[in-house]
Amino acid sequence: MSFERIREKLNILADAAKYDVSCASSGGNRKNTNNGLGDSSAMGICHSYTEDGRCVSLLKILFTNHCIFDCAYCVTRKSNDIKRAAFKIQEVVDLTINFYRRNYIEGLFLSSGIFKNPDYTMERLIAVAKKLRLEENFNGYIHLKSIPGASDELMYEAGLYADRLSVNIEIPTISGLKLLAPDKKHEDFTKPMRKVSNEIIKYNDERKIIKTTPRYAPAGQSTQMIVGATGESDRDIMYSANHYYKAYHMKRVYYSGYIPVANDNRLPSIGSQVPVLRENRLYQTDWLMRFYGFKVEELLNSEHPNLDKDIDPKLGWALRNLDLFPVDINRADKSLLARIPGIGMQSVAKILNARQFRRLNWEHLKRIGIAINRARYFIVCDSRHWEYRDLPAEKIKGMILQHSTSKYRSLIGSQLKLFNS
Amino acid sequence: MTHYNTIGKDMDVLVKDQGSVFGKSKILTYDGSFNGFLTAVFKVYEEKITVSDIQRFGEVQNALFADNERVYTNNEKAKRVWKGIQAKNQQALKNIYFAFLSEKKGIELMLLHYIQKMFVNKASVHIDFSDATVLKISQLSKSVGREKHRMEAFVRFQLTKDGIYFANIDPDFNVLPLISKHFRNRYADQEWIIYDIKRKYGLYYNGSSMELISLDMAEVYTNSIRKSDRFLEEEYDYQTLWNNYFKSTNIKSRINKKLHTQHVPKRYWKYLSEKKAI
Repeated sequence: MSFERIREKLNILADAAKYDVSCASSGGNRKNTNNGLGDSSAMGICHSYTEDGRCVSLLKILFTNHCIFDCAYCVTRKSNDIKRAAFKIQEVVDLTINFYRRNYIEGLFLSSGIFKNPDYTMERLIAVAKKLRLEENFNGYIHLKSIPGASDELMYEAGLYADRLSVNIEIPTISGLKLLAPDKKHEDFTKPMRKVSNEIIKYNDERKIIKTTPRYAPAGQSTQMIVGATGESDRDIMYSANHYYKAYHMKRVYYSGYIPVANDNRLPSIGSQVPVLRENRLYQTDWLMRFYGFKVEELLNSEHPNLDKDIDPKLGWALRNLDLFPVDINRADKSLLARIPGIGMQSVAKILNARQFRRLNWEHLKRIGIAINRARYFIVCDSRHWEYRDLPAEKIKGMILQHSTSKYRSLIGSQLKLFNS
Repeated sequence: MTHYNTIGKDMDVLVKDQGSVFGKSKILTYDGSFNGFLTAVFKVYEEKITVSDIQRFGEVQNALFADNERVYTNNEKAKRVWKGIQAKNQQALKNIYFAFLSEKKGIELMLLHYIQKMFVNKASVHIDFSDATVLKISQLSKSVGREKHRMEAFVRFQLTKDGIYFANIDPDFNVLPLISKHFRNRYADQEWIIYDIKRKYGLYYNGSSMELISLDMAEVYTNSIRKSDRFLEEEYDYQTLWNNYFKSTNIKSRINKKLHTQHVPKRYWKYLSEKKAI
């Protein structure tokens, strides 16, 4: 291969793919077979982290950045004057195998601009995955993008070779989509999503009867939403995330703070700050929904359409529901422990184990690793010292903030101003 | 199998007796291997001795009033202790092995106390996180587990002219025994070596089986820009491609160096081709 040419293509097509934040390489459950190459049966591995602090787990590239669409938020939109390139199928295969053999990556994440038509593009992506699996005996992780508008037959075939499939919904509201991507219909996104979801259900059913049913997208599907491009509220975003988790059995919904890539009066201008703090609060909410037993309506509703910027969503919820506290660490059940600010699920597990041996006091809790600064206003333990005063929510919040050193402290002031203006 | 099951009971009795044993405490020395340590534990129970420390042979620091005694590694005895702990709890066994590999000063004595606690109590002591020793062992085990995971991530193979994928590492803890299975499963069809330059031993997989090796390494192969003639030219091309990829995938407007170094601590940089200053 011509090294310089490959290098140039890689630079262009990696640069264009980086706005996709998904990096998961877990849940594949694909073991090494026939003494072949690779194994993705265990947990995912981040092989490196970029200087912006994001995980590098997969070789994440576009097949090509030629595109027939003109979505305002996208860097590869038709009207954007940038260098274009396209890989050959064999080039992607070679790069993947050689990076994998050197332990750089867990596998391949292949996306693409849409050239000619959706099916033509999807066929190329499938061809890469098929070649890796059948010719190279590759058992590493493969994540393919479902191209919006691709046919059901192709979506079925993609799932036979890929571990994960994803289609990015990008704009959380239908009205936003109409504004920014007038050529695309909402159904173009949901149709492949629906097909994949149905195939996974079908596979799980058939697998019970016929063990040799060909495996279908074992790591499920995911999607991504851009945050802060169209003035949507946190409630809009999280309600639609909740919808995708429920209706399409998504493994993950990713939230990507909008990075201005165009001077377009429909969008924040180039140079505006990326809303990383807001993005972080959304992920916290996502976790509370998926692992802590919260319903999305408890965290966001018509009275509270947006998350607090200065405190985490669990603390925000607790301050609105002070009548449920204080909780007795030595008696409360698991679901209630999980709702105490400053206590994560790992600490919950440790508390449940440790309290079988003795009643826990502040010293124990501190060593177990809970955030006492936040938790102290909400719990009682084996000690005569606890917050017995009936403090109002505002006062508690003030005291917590006074003693906390949030890594976002410098951002809180400035981004607050931005959002209020 | 039967005699393994009784060992737990024997140990219960022995530990209870120990309180009444007055006399000088001993320092046991062993060869530094895990089996050596388990043999020492066996000896403590068999001879009902009180120990003030268990130390690696050659690193002994004489305590004023203590006797030194050398323990000779006996795999059979070690196995009995291993099975005894295993019968009590699998997770505890893992914690003990991982924490041992941390090579922390004084870890042997702490592990002995941990094992003794296990055998005096009926309940699963290893989850009593309100106990200082238990919490410490569990945290150490976690640190070693983290280093194991880091090595699975940060090993960078370089293809030699002999067709062997070679990597040298110097992990904080002795994690080579813990990562062998991972790499064997993953790179089943290629020859590779992972060499721990700090502890001077390595794993060599020849495409079908694995062996422990010791090399006479004149040079450590870091990510220096100087090319070594041991590796193929093609190797350096792929390193350049990877290095380029790493830079292209970075989003400048989200730069967060603190988070970057938190995930990839600087001590690992010299082995990472993506951190090479091209």
